[in-house]
Amino acid sequence: MEWIYEPWPWYISGFMIALVMFLLIMVGKNFGMSGNLRTICTICGSGKKVDFFRFDWKSQRWNLTVVLGAIIGGFIAHQFLTVEATVALNPDTVSDLQLLGFENAGKTYMPEELFSSAVFTDPKNIILLVIGGFLVGFGARYAGGCTSGHAISGLSNLQLPSLIAVIGFFIGGLTMIHLIFPLLF
Amino acid sequence: MKRTLIYLLIGILFGIIMFKSEAASWFRIYEMFKFEAFHMYGIIGTAVFLGVVTIALIKRFKIKSFYGEQVHFPPKQKSFARYAIGGILFGLGWALAGACPGPMFTLLGAGFLPIIIVIVASLLGTFVYGLLRDKLPH
Repeated sequence: MEWIYEPWPWYISGFMIALVMFLLIMVGKNFGMSGNLRTICTICGSGKKVDFFRFDWKSQRWNLTVVLGAIIGGFIAHQFLTVEATVALNPDTVSDLQLLGFENAGKTYMPEELFSSAVFTDPKNIILLVIGGFLVGFGARYAGGCTSGHAISGLSNLQLPSLIAVIGFFIGGLTMIHLIFPLLF
Repeated sequence: MKRTLIYLLIGILFGIIMFKSEAASWFRIYEMFKFEAFHMYGIIGTAVFLGVVTIALIKRFKIKSFYGEQVHFPPKQKSFARYAIGGILFGLGWALAGACPGPMFTLLGAGFLPIIIVIVASLLGTFVYGLLRDKLPH
């Protein structure tokens, strides 16, 4: 069982994600995380102003429970199932990132520049996280799903719309990293 | 109550997978878009391959859920604009924040507190989509 403390290889990770989707199908639900953002908006009262949020959020309680689990799972994995949270990146990626100013690439799980508490007093990086998060929320709802709903569930069900969305995810991601990152960092 | 516990356990499993697979790592998303590692493609590819086989088998043999109910796979609405534009906007955000709507919650649990900024902003993005929905091409 020692492997559990190491980073999981792609084939175990991929198998486990398919297992999660299978389990959700077999309990009569579906695998899609971004719908929860809409549900949370509804709980916060958005339905009073906007029709899109006027629905019975209680029908989505099961998915909020899955999200609560995802939070707990993150805690368990980081605290109890990880000895050293480093990511074994390609050395070329590490040198690219260092040129962009991400000094601990390859040494930590997340870049200190964006995800250490020092960010809270760094207006530029706060703005970048806000823009990133905003686009994730806006884009996921516009496209009707995110990585789980389209790339995993939708493609598994051979849905053409999901293929269009996933190609869109890559056009957006490649544009951000190859064209916009050099302007930002 | 029992079902709620099952959803919670599935979520915990999902959270552990997202963290341990490093799919929740900002660095891995960057590396994926640089095409400098097979890791993320291996994860998504394996999951989709097994997913296609699983769903085909469930449909072919009309497998019922654990509770004996019919399993439904609602087809996605046919359209181009919403998937292409929404997808591109999502991809821009995914690469910048390095997190999508599942892993962002895993990162919260793992204690990377600035992810709260990303989560709140994603709620704001969802709200603004709802506000503008009727004016956007779908």
